[in-house]
Amino acid sequence: MVVTGRSMDSDAIQALKERLGADRVLTEREDLIPYGFDGTAAIKEPAACVVFPQNTDEVAAVMRLARERGLPVVTRGSGTGLSGGSVPVPGGIVLCLVRMDRILELDTANLTMLCEPGVITKAIDDAAAPHGLFYPPDPGSMKISTIGGNVANNSGGLRGLKYGVTRDYVMGLEVVLADGTVCWLGSKCVKDVAGYSMKDLFVGSEGTLGIITQVLLRLLPRPKAKRTLLATYDSMENAARTVSKIIEGQIIPCTLEFLDRRTCQCVEDFAKVGLPTEAAAVVLMETDGHPAVVEDEAARMAEVARENGALTVELARDEAHALRLASARRSAFAALARIRPTTILEDVTVPRSRLPEMVRYIERMAAEHGLQIATFGHFGDGNVHPTFLTDERDTAEMVKVEAAMEAIFAHTIALGGTITGEHGVGLAKKNFLPAQFGDASMDLLRLVKRSIDPAGLLNPGKIFD
Amino acid sequence: MSAHPTSAPSTDKAAGGLAPVRFLGGLDYSVVQQCMHCGMCLPSCPTYLETKRERNSPRGRIALMRSIADGELPVTREFGEEMYYCLGCLACTTACPAGVDYPVLFEHARAEVESAGVLDTPTRRFWRWLTLRQLFAHPWMLRLAGRLLWLYQASGACRLVREWGLIHLLPKNLRDLEPSTPVVRRRFSDELIAETETPAEIRHRVGLLTGCVQDLVFSDVNRDTADVLLANGCAVETPRSQGCCGSLHAHNGDLEQAREQARRLIDRFDLGRLDAVITNAAGCGSHLKHFAPLLADDPAYADRAREWDRKVRDISEWLVEIGFRAPAPAATGPGPGCRVTYHEACHLCHGQGISAQPRAVLRSIPGLELVELRDATHCCGSAGVYNITQPEQAAKLQAEKVAHIRATGAACVATANPGCHLQIQNGLADPAVPVRHPVSLLAEAYRAEAETPSA
Repeated sequence: MVVTGRSMDSDAIQALKERLGADRVLTEREDLIPYGFDGTAAIKEPAACVVFPQNTDEVAAVMRLARERGLPVVTRGSGTGLSGGSVPVPGGIVLCLVRMDRILELDTANLTMLCEPGVITKAIDDAAAPHGLFYPPDPGSMKISTIGGNVANNSGGLRGLKYGVTRDYVMGLEVVLADGTVCWLGSKCVKDVAGYSMKDLFVGSEGTLGIITQVLLRLLPRPKAKRTLLATYDSMENAARTVSKIIEGQIIPCTLEFLDRRTCQCVEDFAKVGLPTEAAAVVLMETDGHPAVVEDEAARMAEVARENGALTVELARDEAHALRLASARRSAFAALARIRPTTILEDVTVPRSRLPEMVRYIERMAAEHGLQIATFGHFGDGNVHPTFLTDERDTAEMVKVEAAMEAIFAHTIALGGTITGEHGVGLAKKNFLPAQFGDASMDLLRLVKRSIDPAGLLNPGKIFD
Repeated sequence: MSAHPTSAPSTDKAAGGLAPVRFLGGLDYSVVQQCMHCGMCLPSCPTYLETKRERNSPRGRIALMRSIADGELPVTREFGEEMYYCLGCLACTTACPAGVDYPVLFEHARAEVESAGVLDTPTRRFWRWLTLRQLFAHPWMLRLAGRLLWLYQASGACRLVREWGLIHLLPKNLRDLEPSTPVVRRRFSDELIAETETPAEIRHRVGLLTGCVQDLVFSDVNRDTADVLLANGCAVETPRSQGCCGSLHAHNGDLEQAREQARRLIDRFDLGRLDAVITNAAGCGSHLKHFAPLLADDPAYADRAREWDRKVRDISEWLVEIGFRAPAPAATGPGPGCRVTYHEACHLCHGQGISAQPRAVLRSIPGLELVELRDATHCCGSAGVYNITQPEQAAKLQAEKVAHIRATGAACVATANPGCHLQIQNGLADPAVPVRHPVSLLAEAYRAEAETPSA
C-alpha cells in the first residue's frame, strides 16, 4: 500500500490491533479498496487502515493513539455522503462507527431519544413510531445513512420546509475531541442557554472538529393524517406561483417537491407514472397533521394549483394512490441515474422566490455547454438538485461539467444562495466556499478549527485547506 | 468478525490481465462503471448486514471487480473467497437506483476467479468437474444419479447407513448434509408428462421446461404446471431429456459450459411454433431470460437466443399475462381461512421482478387466505449451492426465514423455486406446515373443482 505524508506503519497498526482486537482493524488490500470512496461521484483515495470501535472509550483510545503518532482520522458511517466528506485522507485512519449502533434510551416523557452514532436514520423513526412519535428528517439515503453522519452533515430531506433539518432535532451530543477528551454538550432541556451552544458547532462540522459518539434527539408527536397531491404545469413560473400562494395562504405543507421538464421526461420513460408529456414542471405536495386540518389544507392547495395554471391536479384518494403520486418524485433520481455512467448530484440552494430563475439558469448552462442536466428538488426550501448526467472517463465532457458547475455556483451566490443546502462541502465543494464566505468568514472558520483541533488531525483537507 | 469458511490453501497466482480470457476486463466498461457507490444496496445485502464490512456488500464487491478490470488489483484468493461469499441473491439489484447489471458482473467475477484458479484444490476441482461438467452437463447422468439416490432412499438403505453408523465413512461436510438430501421422486417428469398434451380448445402453444432438480425432486410440480396450463387453454410441449439450463454453470464461474447448455436447450425446442417457454423454477427463470447476452458472440445462436429470451416466462407471470381462470369453490378444496404465506424466491422477485403474479395466483384460490411474510424478499440461504459452500451463513438466513414463517401462523408456505423449497422444508422440519409451489396449489384447486358436482 503506497501512502503519502504521515502514514500508518506496522507499529501503529499493531497498536490499533492491541486496543481494538485484530478483527476490528482492516489492513488487507481487498478490505481497504471498498473504503476508498463514499457516495460522491469521481472522488477516490485509498484507505490505509479502517478501524471499528464499539464504544466511546475505544474511540478516545484510537484518537489518543492518532495524536501520539500524528495520524489523520476520517470518521465514517455508512459512506453515503455526497460531498466526499468521508473519503479517506492519505495515510490516515478511517474510523468507521457502524458498529456503535444501539438506541440507548427512548424517553417518552420528555420526547427524546439517545442514540449511538451508527444507528441508521430510518431505524430512529421506526423505533419512535410505535410510541406515536416521529423523527422528521428524512435524507434520501435514510435506509442506510447513520445518525452520526446526518449530524456531522446537518442533513436535510424532503420535509425541510415544515420540519427543518437535522440540527433542529439535536438536543445534545457526546463528542471525542482530537486529543481524546470526551465532552457532553447540551441537555434534555427545551430551554438551555448555559454557555455557548457548543453542540451547534459540531452539527454540520463534517468530522473536522470532533467525533460524535452519542446523539440526543428531539422527537415530535406523529402526525395523524397526511394527504398527497400532484400538480403538473407547462411552466416553472406557474409552479412557483402556486408554491408562493400556498405559503402566502398560511399553509406550510410538509412536502413541496418539484421536477423540471427533463426530469419529468426521464421519470415518465422509466416509471410510466402517467405525467403529461408537455409538463415543464411537476409539484408534489403533502400536508400532514390533524385529519380535519389536513383535509381543509389539501382542498385549498388543490384550488390554489388550479388557479395558478396547473395542467392537472390529482388529489390522492387513499394511501395506495398517494404512493403512486409520490412515486413520480421518488423515482426521479433512479430514473436519472441510469441514463449515463456517471451521475453528479448537486444541491445548490437559493431563497425560495428565486427558484424558477435558478432552474432556468441551470437549463441555460446545460444548453450552453452541451450537457445533460436535469433538475429536481425541494421547492419549499429553494433547494435544487441539478443532476449532471455524464461520463467521468470523457475528459472533454468533464471539463464542460466543471465549467457549468462553476457558473451555477457563482450564480447561486449572486442570487443570495448557498453552494450546498444539505450535502456539505467536503472535498467536492471546498474550492467554491471562499467565494460564498469571503475572507473574514473563512478566517473565522480556520480559527475555530485551529482552536479545537490544533494539530489538524480530524478530517484534514475537508471543507477548507 | 469471523471470516467465511473456505477449504482451499492459499495459491495466489495469475493476475486478471495474465489470464487467457479477460472476464471483468473484457466487459463493456459502462457495466463496471454504472455503480455510483451511493450505498443504497447495503441494507438489502444479507452478508453486509451480517458483517457490516464494505467488502461484503454489493458496492464493495463491485469496487473490487472494478479494481480488477482496471488492472489495479490482481485476482487474489481473498477476492475469490469474497465472490463466493456473495449469495447472488440479487436483492441489491432491486435496491439499486442506477440499474447496475449485477448478475453480469457477478458471473464474470466468478468466471475470473475460476480462470485464475485462486481457489483451486484437487478436491474442489474434482467436485466442480463431477457436478458442472458431468452430472449437470448430461441429463442421462443426472437421472441415473437420481435413480440411484431414489433406490438408496426407497429401499431403506439410507436408514441402515445411519443406524449402522456407516454414515461416518463419509467426509464431515457430506455427513452434515446427508439429512437434508432431497427425497427423489419415483417417477421423473418425462414419465409424468407426455411430449405433447393438448386441451379441448387451444388458445396458446407453450413449451415446458422441466429443469434438473425440479425434474428429480419435484416432478409433481412439473405435472401440476402442465395441468394448470392445460386448464387455461395452453397446448403443452415438453421435449424429452432437457438437461440443465446452465444457470448452475453461469453462477459458478463456468460460462463456457453455460453457453453449451444454453445451446443444447434451445435446440430442444421448436421456438417458432411456441408462444412462450414456461419455467416454474425461479433460479432457472432468471438465467433463462438472458441467453441473448450469453450467446451474443455465437452467430449460429444469437438470433434464436434473442427469440428465446422474448418467449421465456415464469409460470405465474404467464398465467397473469393470459388472464388465467380463477378456480370455483369446491367441496374438497382448502377449508375457509386456510392460511398460506408466500416466500419470494430471490431470483423471482429480484432476478425477474415478479412479485405480484404469484400472489395473484394464490389469492385466486377459494378458501385460501394469504398472510404476508415479514421480509418475504429476504434470501432463505439456499442460493443455488450456497447452503453447501457456505453452510454457516446459509443456516443463519434459514433460521431467520423459519422464524418469520412460524410467526405468521400459516398452515402452508408457498414458494416458487426448488432450492428455496428444500431449504425452507429442511428448516421448518414440520410435516404439519408443508411447503408448496403456488402452481401446485392452483392445480389442486382445479382438481377439487372438477370433482365437485356442479350445483
